[in-house]
Amino acid sequence: MKAFTYERAATPAGATAAFAKAPGARFIAGGTNLLDLMKLQIETPAHLIDVSRLALDTIEPTKEGGLRIGAMVRNTDLAADARVRRDYGLLTRALVAGASGQLRNKATTAGNLLQRTRCPYFYDTNQPCNKRQPGSGCAAIGGVSRTLAVLGASEACIATHPSDMAVAMRALDASVETVDAAGKARAIPIADFYRAPGTTPHLETMLEPGELITAVTLPKPMGGTHIYHKVRDRASYAFALISVAAVVQKDGSGRVALGGVAHKPWRVEAAEADMPRGAKAVASGLLAGATPSHDNAYKLPLVERTLAGVLAEAKG
Amino acid sequence: MSRRGMLAASAASAAVTTIPAARAKTASAQPAPSMARIALTVNGEARELELDTRTTLLDALREHLQLTGTKKGCDHGQCGACTVIVDGRRINSCLSLAVMHDGDTVTTIEGLGTPDDLHPMQAAFIVHDGYQCGYCTPGQICSAVAVLEEIEAGIPSHVTGDLTAPAEATNMEIRERMSGNICRCGAYSNILEAITEVAGRQA
Ligand SMILES: Cc1cc2nc3c(=O)[nH]c(=O)nc-3n(C[C@H](O)[C@H](O)[C@H](O)COP(=O)(O)OP(=O)(O)OC[C@H]3O[C@@H](n4cnc5c(N)ncnc54)[C@H](O)[C@@H]3O)c2cc1C
Ligand code: SF4
Repeated sequence: MKAFTYERAATPAGATAAFAKAPGARFIAGGTNLLDLMKLQIETPAHLIDVSRLALDTIEPTKEGGLRIGAMVRNTDLAADARVRRDYGLLTRALVAGASGQLRNKATTAGNLLQRTRCPYFYDTNQPCNKRQPGSGCAAIGGVSRTLAVLGASEACIATHPSDMAVAMRALDASVETVDAAGKARAIPIADFYRAPGTTPHLETMLEPGELITAVTLPKPMGGTHIYHKVRDRASYAFALISVAAVVQKDGSGRVALGGVAHKPWRVEAAEADMPRGAKAVASGLLAGATPSHDNAYKLPLVERTLAGVLAEAKG
Repeated sequence: MSRRGMLAASAASAAVTTIPAARAKTASAQPAPSMARIALTVNGEARELELDTRTTLLDALREHLQLTGTKKGCDHGQCGACTVIVDGRRINSCLSLAVMHDGDTVTTIEGLGTPDDLHPMQAAFIVHDGYQCGYCTPGQICSAVAVLEEIEAGIPSHVTGDLTAPAEATNMEIRERMSGNICRCGAYSNILEAITEVAGRQA
């Protein structure tokens, strides 16, 4: 690990002000992703601003009837919250499908959204990777791409976003609240939060440098049956090959988001009109324009079959 | 050493033996270490340490406080051998910086019980032979103690059926909740028996 200086921020304004003084610094929350990457020298910040003790660790009702989840709420606490379990079961299901009990005790809402890809070449510092070292090439294209993207990828990068939580957040239409060094707050719908890789796969979200996530809000509960199916190499403690997050209403209408297929949770609202017609119809809309490789073409039928299972389960 | 660790190490040695100029340059631009003073309560005792900010909680415990019961396995949060309990919650001490724990209360395997006064979970692991080589055992035991508390507290897991009902210490629940602790010897069935016994005794 490269040496770094460290400070603990006392307030959100203190955290963004500290960043303004030390450009190139990083916020650290649970540390479960950033520290891992620092050990491998994939991330080499000269200064860490510890935001883990900010008073952003509560879950409050919003006046619109939804919930505001503080950026520092731990994944365990979010999954266990009685309101989330009752009204946003999809979110609890996605959270507990991810990582391990130990990791969820540290991982935060903000850190989970911003965790970086698990592309094996991103982790191997001997390999070219446009995301890790812009302009160096992409070893995954033409390499082993079994776990990588089939949708939304570019000629520069075919990485997937590894978060389970984010897939549920996308299906639930969450919104990411932030504040910048000037004290300006804004809300970014999760649909617009992740950037397409294009020619700049190292730029992953719409956040500006030093912009701090303060909360994620959920709109008011939408009812329905909430199901998260994660398909992976082991029954527990493994990243998704693909995942399906769905909210299905009694009349068969609903919404679906996919994990493990793209640089972001993948949702195509237009395809959801086909939900009462079944998995094949929805999958064809969701997966339109897919560009699978020989290694990951299996993800397309896997999505359709997993979705069929989800819809059958929703019918009961 | 993990595969990733090995890759990182071979990348470092490549910088010395072959030409990649850019890499060699960044290696020489290593900033000076930064030190920090921290205070921890470890197994009931107040401890003060002056540490390089890069020190993980795991290395602080093992190398600076000589509490070598907590083990370093993968050093990347994947194996669970480094599990300790901080402020009542189990975490991977390898994926946490010691400076981030200034002011915290840490319980390690040494703090759960002693050879003369074993914690019930330690005693159950012995009775049920919940190990072979024993390397993962301190992490398994710290995790198991916390798992039963998490079930008590009603925290759901991936295998919990009804999210609005209280969680129960079934075999499936314990197995799922222990999945962050890997045992290379495969003593899983005995570990499960040990935890089940303690869960039954608590219930
Ligand atoms: C072995 C292992 C298995 C895992 N398995 C899964 C899995 O199956 N599914 C899954 O979804 N995840 C999995 N994870 C990933 C885990 O969920 C993430 O590591 C975790 O959610 C990151 O949260 P954190 O708070 O620790 O983030 P940190 O590591 O602290 O930070 C991550 C990033 O977010 C930035 N950041 C943090 N807080 C803020 C803020 N408030 N504002 C702006 N930027 C911020 C940091 O600068 C950093 O870039 C796994 C991790 C490990 C180690
Ligand atoms: S797919 Fe993206 S992350 Fe993976 S090697 Fe290519 S550029 Fe890097």
